[in-house]
Amino acid sequence: MAGRVLLIEDEVNIAEAIRFLLTRDGCEVEVLADGHAAVAAVARALPDLVILDLMLPGMSGLEILSALRADPVTVAVPVLMLTAKGQGRDREAAERAGVSAFMSKPFANAEMRATVRALLGA
Amino acid sequence: MRRLRAPLFLARAVYRKRRLRDAARLLPLLGFFLLILPMLWQRPEGPGRDVVYIFVVWAGLIAVAALLAPGLGGSEAERDEGGDD
Amino acid sequence: MPFNILVLACLTYVAALFGVAFLAERRASRGMLGFLRSPLVYTLSLSIYCTAWTFYGAVGYAARSGLEFLTIYLGPTLIFVGWWWVLRKLVRIGRQQRVTSIADLISSRYGKSNLLGVVVTVIAVVAATPYIALQLQSVTLSFGVFASETPEGWALPNRDATAVWVAAGLALFTILFGTRNLDAKEQHHGIVTAIAVEAVVKLVALIAVGMFVVWGLAGGPAAIIARIQSYSDSHWVIQPGRWVGLIFLSAAAVISLPRMFQVLVVENVDERHLARASWAFPLYLFLMSLFILPIAVIGLERMPADTNPDMLVLTLPLAEGQGALAMLAFLGGFSSATSMVIVETIALATMLSNHILMPAWLWLRPKATLSGDLRRAVLLARRLSIMGVLALGFAYFRLSGGSTALAAIGLIAFAGMAQVLPALLGGIFWRGATKTGAGAGLVIGFVVWAYTLFLPSFGEGGVISAQVFAEGPFGLAWLRPQALFGTEAMDPLVHSIFWSLALNTAAFCAGSILSFPDPVERIQGAAFVNAFDSEAQAERLGWTHGKAEPEALLNMAQRILGEEALSFFEAEARAQGKAGYLPDMTPSFLAGLERRLAGSVGAATAHAMISQLFGDATVTVEDLMAVANETAQIMEYSARLEEQQEELSRTARQLREVNEKLTQLSVQKDAFLSQISHELRTPMTSIRAFSEILTEGDLPPAMVADYGRIIHTEAVRLTRLLDDLLDLSVLENGTVQLNLGLANLGQMIDHALAAAGQTRPERSFDIQRDFAAEEIFLRTDADRLVQVFINLISNARKYCDAAQPVLKIAVRQKGGRVVVDFIDNGTGIAKDAQGLIFEKFARLTDQTRAGGAGLGLAICREVMANLGGTVSYLPGQRGAAFRVTVPLRLEKQAA
Repeated sequence: MAGRVLLIEDEVNIAEAIRFLLTRDGCEVEVLADGHAAVAAVARALPDLVILDLMLPGMSGLEILSALRADPVTVAVPVLMLTAKGQGRDREAAERAGVSAFMSKPFANAEMRATVRALLGA
Repeated sequence: MRRLRAPLFLARAVYRKRRLRDAARLLPLLGFFLLILPMLWQRPEGPGRDVVYIFVVWAGLIAVAALLAPGLGGSEAERDEGGDD
Repeated sequence: MPFNILVLACLTYVAALFGVAFLAERRASRGMLGFLRSPLVYTLSLSIYCTAWTFYGAVGYAARSGLEFLTIYLGPTLIFVGWWWVLRKLVRIGRQQRVTSIADLISSRYGKSNLLGVVVTVIAVVAATPYIALQLQSVTLSFGVFASETPEGWALPNRDATAVWVAAGLALFTILFGTRNLDAKEQHHGIVTAIAVEAVVKLVALIAVGMFVVWGLAGGPAAIIARIQSYSDSHWVIQPGRWVGLIFLSAAAVISLPRMFQVLVVENVDERHLARASWAFPLYLFLMSLFILPIAVIGLERMPADTNPDMLVLTLPLAEGQGALAMLAFLGGFSSATSMVIVETIALATMLSNHILMPAWLWLRPKATLSGDLRRAVLLARRLSIMGVLALGFAYFRLSGGSTALAAIGLIAFAGMAQVLPALLGGIFWRGATKTGAGAGLVIGFVVWAYTLFLPSFGEGGVISAQVFAEGPFGLAWLRPQALFGTEAMDPLVHSIFWSLALNTAAFCAGSILSFPDPVERIQGAAFVNAFDSEAQAERLGWTHGKAEPEALLNMAQRILGEEALSFFEAEARAQGKAGYLPDMTPSFLAGLERRLAGSVGAATAHAMISQLFGDATVTVEDLMAVANETAQIMEYSARLEEQQEELSRTARQLREVNEKLTQLSVQKDAFLSQISHELRTPMTSIRAFSEILTEGDLPPAMVADYGRIIHTEAVRLTRLLDDLLDLSVLENGTVQLNLGLANLGQMIDHALAAAGQTRPERSFDIQRDFAAEEIFLRTDADRLVQVFINLISNARKYCDAAQPVLKIAVRQKGGRVVVDFIDNGTGIAKDAQGLIFEKFARLTDQTRAGGAGLGLAICREVMANLGGTVSYLPGQRGAAFRVTVPLRLEKQAA
């Protein structure tokens, strides 16, 4: 599995765990903690996958997603949304905004890797 | 020309009606004046002429009132009552 | 001539009058007014001005004073010829206000003052009683003339008996036709018609006698003039004072005499009749007067010197052997007397019952409110009044003994009634006239009249003693009844007219100017004075007066009743035998319509509507007030509805608010749970992910150690979070256990600084303290207070973004409280965020947080609340600044 993954996550430890797992799987992982920086970064680098935390400082994951989907350059980028809130409402909102996949925290590593693999393969 | 004539005629009618009312108002004053005249006359020869005079004035008042009344009667006469003469 | 033939003729004549009145009444009740409404009948009915006083008395008057008798007819002539001034307005007002008598007019004009009505009624009764007596006297005298002429020499059984019979007959007739129905307008078609017939009879009789005298006895008009010319003695010379005074007096009388007002205003059915009467009635008077002088002149010439000149109309034909003519003359005189008495009695009875008897009855029996009951009472009052008035007249006739000359009595009555004139004319031409003025004028005029004319008429030594006549009351010469203020040169009659009306008018004007009218009075004043303006206005608004178009009624009814109106009109039309939707405007139809409308809009409003459209009466103030009452009721009702509505909406609003609060609470709870979930899941995610990685093995030992540390850190964070949540829950519920004791503030701050140093230990803070100020012992829960200090110092360490961070801890004592400020030199907290920081999970920026769950300040707030103090953000200190206030001595119960 190869591909460039942009991880937007403010929790340092979670970001480290995901970065470790995906790097081990052969991905190129870039980590960003700030929502504002994320949109520009996506547009600039155009990653193969964006992993997005829902609760972010500055700009929420949903807003970033909407921004990505509104821009013709980034409209097709697959987005995996992660959330610790675990409520159905957030999932629906994310799906309406055009999320590619949605996962609740905490997640099983295997499951997360499988989802990323599926998204990169698509 | 015709358009001018109609209101002129109307104004004339209203004017006449108002003068008729003036006459009706003045009539009793004229009557009173004429009827108190005899008391100012000193007639040593007797009251016979006074009687004739009073009855003639009286009949005259009645006649003038009878002439004025038809023009004053009816609701039409009241319509422009409020108007200034 | 046999006396019984005379009685028979009399009875036949009366029976004929009954018949005429009865037929007229029946036609009127069927709505077939026809000739009853003609100007001719109206004019003839006005002839009750010519009473027996004219018929017999005028000849006597002429025989005594020559031309002067003419003034009595010249005054009314001027008033009628000048009808545009006063009569027109009186009639219009009478119709608009549904006036029932002159007392009613005055009372109505001056704010429906019944007191004024009573005053006018009293004046009218006092002034009219001698006048009625005069009529009885003339009839009795005329009977006497015939009785003395009978060859058999049979005499009347009794003079009084004749008068009793005449009075009783008149009472019967008046009650029968005067109180048959209660018409709001007090119109009596039967009586008016009978009076018109009588008018013809007396005119024909007088003219017949006159023609007989002029052409039969004197030999033509020229001979009469020649004879008149020979009367050059002082009696026949016109006296200027009396001439003008009497013209004025009779002019006043023709307006204000109750009976004249009755036929002129109350019985008027169509205003246009007045235009005809304006010349026809003077013509009638002219014809009545034409032969008075010839009869007087020839009578004086031919009859013996001791003949009563008042009876010349009868005695002259009798003496000449003209029995039939005398009979006609007798009937003429009889007509004059009866018609006057009937109308006068009706007019007075209306006043008496409306202004005196009914108010008294209603006052005495306030509970009798049934309409049927009231109706009977009104009729009874009316009948009693009629009998009372006639009885009064009869009593006066018996007491006075019939000695006074007829003309004198008539003039006294005229002068009495003329006292109404200032209030009447002032009322219809001057808006400023008030009740007070009218009352004062009436009373003063009446008193002066009674003192100078009425009481002296009983003769010297009658009511007023000869001494008072000569020297005045109490020797006050200037108060002599016939020489007030020293005016000795005046004729007594002119003297009385002059002073009574002058003082009356003065009092009226002064009273009106000095007093202030009440609202009803002002409204009525405007309505009376501007009687024609309102009419003109109404016409401009499109109301057709007197003739409501059925379409207009249908239109109005439909607007109120809807479809029901159409079916009602159709049914009524069918009942009248007409096709279509437009029935005739019969009274019964209108009454039915009014009832229907009343069901929808209220009785007063319905009445006002119908009378606006149909009647030519405008709406009275009382109508308007009734309408206002109904409106008020409706408004009250709708106000109640509105109130209920408001209460409902208030309840709804409350419910909505509660609902909103609940929803908000639910949202808050959801948000809180969502926050907690997030705060718990976040460390869990790291722990789970790294523990899975560690279990997979084959990791370099350094990484294992790293990841193990991460797992540990996150586990600690999780534990702290759970601790905080539990702590907060305990604090919020108020179930926290406080360990109170004395503690040194400086030591507490020391502890807090030491503990907080673990937060970002890499940063070195410059701590500024005032140790002297910190030497305070507090009675509080030291651990809890230290917890708050730790939190605040940690926050400063965490968030202060200054390059050289400084934390200043200032302590002050204020009253029983200690204030501790923690001020750093960072950028502080944005203004809009300052309100939020004490909320749970209110983390402003998470960039630099070290495991805080965002509950710290929320816990601080709760702790301080439990310690009886506060913690708040201090704005305007350049950096972030928190102020902790804590009581010096915390008592147990305060916790």
